[in-house]
Amino acid sequence: MFKVLDSAVPIACWSCSIGHNDSTLFCPHCSKIQPPPGGDYFSVFSLEPKLNLDLAKLEHEFHRLSRKLHPDRFARALDNEKQWSLADTALLNDAYRTLKDPLRRTEYLLKLLGAELSAGDESKEEKSARAPADLLEEVFELNMQLEEMRAARKSGETDFALEASLTQAREKYHVLLEAVDEDLRSEWDAWDEGDNVKRSSAQKEMVALLDRRRYLSNLVRDVNEVLGA
Amino acid sequence: MKEQMAEGRVVGIDLGTTNSLVATMEGDTPMVIPGADGSNLVPSVVALDPIPDPVPAGGYRPTVTVGNSARKALIQTPERVIYSVKRLMGRGLEEIQEELKLFPFRLAGDSEAGEVPRIQLGELRFTPPEISAYILRQLKRNAERFFGAPVMQAVITVPAYFNDAQRQATKDAGRMAGLEVLRLVNEPTAAALAYGLDRAKTGTIAIYDLGGGTFDISILKLSDGIFEVQSTNGDTHLGGDDIDNLLLAIALNEIHAEHGIDLRQHPGAVQAVRKAAIEAKIKLSTESAAHFDIELPNGDRYQREISRAGFEMLIDPVLKRTAGPCKQALADAGLTPEQIDEVVLVGGSTRIPAVRQLVDELFHLTARGKRPHTELNPDEVVALGAAVQANILAGSSKSTEEMLLLDVTPLSLGIEALGGTVARIIQRNSTIPASATEHFTTGVDGQTNVAIHVVQGERELAADCRSLARFDLKGIPPMNAGLPRIEVKFLIDADGILRVTAREQRSGKAAQIEVKPTYGLTDEQVESMILDSFDNAEADFAKRLLIEARSEAETILAAVERAPSSPAWNQLTGDEKTAINLASDYLNKVKLSENAAAIREATLILDHATRRFAELMMEAAVSSALRGKTMNAAGEELAETVTAPHAMAPAEFK
Repeated sequence: MFKVLDSAVPIACWSCSIGHNDSTLFCPHCSKIQPPPGGDYFSVFSLEPKLNLDLAKLEHEFHRLSRKLHPDRFARALDNEKQWSLADTALLNDAYRTLKDPLRRTEYLLKLLGAELSAGDESKEEKSARAPADLLEEVFELNMQLEEMRAARKSGETDFALEASLTQAREKYHVLLEAVDEDLRSEWDAWDEGDNVKRSSAQKEMVALLDRRRYLSNLVRDVNEVLGA
Repeated sequence: MKEQMAEGRVVGIDLGTTNSLVATMEGDTPMVIPGADGSNLVPSVVALDPIPDPVPAGGYRPTVTVGNSARKALIQTPERVIYSVKRLMGRGLEEIQEELKLFPFRLAGDSEAGEVPRIQLGELRFTPPEISAYILRQLKRNAERFFGAPVMQAVITVPAYFNDAQRQATKDAGRMAGLEVLRLVNEPTAAALAYGLDRAKTGTIAIYDLGGGTFDISILKLSDGIFEVQSTNGDTHLGGDDIDNLLLAIALNEIHAEHGIDLRQHPGAVQAVRKAAIEAKIKLSTESAAHFDIELPNGDRYQREISRAGFEMLIDPVLKRTAGPCKQALADAGLTPEQIDEVVLVGGSTRIPAVRQLVDELFHLTARGKRPHTELNPDEVVALGAAVQANILAGSSKSTEEMLLLDVTPLSLGIEALGGTVARIIQRNSTIPASATEHFTTGVDGQTNVAIHVVQGERELAADCRSLARFDLKGIPPMNAGLPRIEVKFLIDADGILRVTAREQRSGKAAQIEVKPTYGLTDEQVESMILDSFDNAEADFAKRLLIEARSEAETILAAVERAPSSPAWNQLTGDEKTAINLASDYLNKVKLSENAAAIREATLILDHATRRFAELMMEAAVSSALRGKTMNAAGEELAETVTAPHAMAPAEFK
């Protein structure tokens, strides 16, 4: 979706006509706002694509750029400046929302690198089709219990044993989720610091970990739904 | 007269369910602009004036009254009055039918599904944005009187939980009233701005806003002048109105049972009971019991006492409905109640002690030795915040230079996918402006149109969400199925309103988009509903000033004409009488000119010349009350204590 463009060809500023490259929000010469630049979310914050980010610094930079770009600052500006302020701020907000969240950031970087990730919302059939091999049996059991619980809820019964069993399962999946997050973080380090070979293996690992994570958190969500969180 | 800036003032407007206000910044402080009657609140009530009797030959132009005087008409001519119109903004026919069960107004008989419903008011029909436009025009005029200059731009507040259609309807109303709406601001966020002006610079605050018809909860993070909304939630159909309706329903049922009268057949009487219910509700905030005592059409009296305990039990289910949104907002922000540093109460309904109790429990306030903030008047705080935002947008003041509001979209945006499910493209609580890009293609060879259905809401099925619009992408170059690649960019702007652009990527052609909003007026319809085109241009503003100056001149001249018949006239000296006659002759001449300033000046001269006469009249009127004092002493006392404009003075506004 967002390709990293190496723009060697200068683009003329709409206001001062002096050329600059296509990766800046403001003209380096006259400081006027520019149309949304090419480039990825990292470049909005002048960052190298990395998975470990200093969130405090990111927030500070988000606030600094918001103060300069936000449509509130252009309420009485020229129409084209208003349009660009809107488009630039949308880009800034989209970028911040994506980068500040560790999972979205990881998914985004992997997509940028060409990985095919499955979408967040899926139907039930797809979910069970991709159950991780080590969890197959347990998941089958869990789904049965969830069905029983739903039926019990419908008829107004309370099955304490079933409830306890589901609560236990939820805790177990939480622990598994934490383990996945731990693994993800070590892959971040591997990617951030590694050479091309290490990066490529880290990418593959992360795609698999994200799939597993999505699967687990859907399970937790289903259990929460049934237990009424 | 206030100094006029090159581009004119931007005012802040709170367009409320029950009351509306207009505010501005005086130096570093926001203030509410009072109306001609001196009151800060303009009741959001619009009345169609009675048909003149006899009807003038050549017809007449229907006129409307807004505010307090319209409220008086509610009991006399209920079929010509509308209130709480905010509840109808941006809503479809079926929703309005449901809503109207609780109100005395009726839909126009020819309302059709798919159109913006019209409300029948006397012999005329109005859309909800038109009614709101009348309220906005009144606020605009109040501001213009205050500044002595046209006001063309405004910031208008809306409930944070308003959807796209409700926001668009509010913007349309502004345009009809001759106002350029520079920004729609969420009400709780506006309240935060009003409080944030002189408050600690960092922290997490929750704004609990229970107004006349809507409930909002917003959680914000403050840091160095940046107000960053973390999450928002609410219910656009929950507020003081619901409490009034509960009390009203009980009273009507009891009256029916005890006195055998079904008041529902007497709209004027229902309004009288409603008024009594509202008064009882207000009284119960400070006292332990309130009395109903209403005369019925048959001469019977309906008398009843309601205790605060009984009242609280009755309204408990209504108040409980605010708890869910609060918990969801906390969860969405990833915060626990303990992490909320401050809670701010907004909206008239937060005066109810039971509401404060509930807020205390939801945010563990007493347990942490905290109290909610209520320092600013809960009826005014939103308008004050709107004035702050107006000042930020005007970019003209040091005090707001460092302030910036980063708000969120309250509802997720999605598109209907195969099987009627929703593919979410922008999540709720995303900072706005926010955007998403999606790609579409064709399913049939040579297909040149693609239809997209956009919905707002959190449910899994499109049918359970709120339909926002259907987009028809047209002019796709004929290609084999699946070959076109149409990129559609969805962008929610800073007002929380969706904009869509599309491009066919293989041909590079910008696809034409036909937008069919599910609820709402077309641009042409809005144009045709603009209230008075003469409200818009500066030249026409001068015309209105002239009309107003002439009418003030007429008022004082009429009073002078009656003067010789008053006993006070004989107490004047010959010189004084001559001065009055000269001044009134002069005004009589000048009032025919086109010069509003000259007419005002001549009015002031006559006003000055008649001052002693007016004092004499007042003395005569109050002398009985001041028995035992000399006329002189009475005069001195009057000069010191009477602050009302004297009998003949035209109403003066700074």
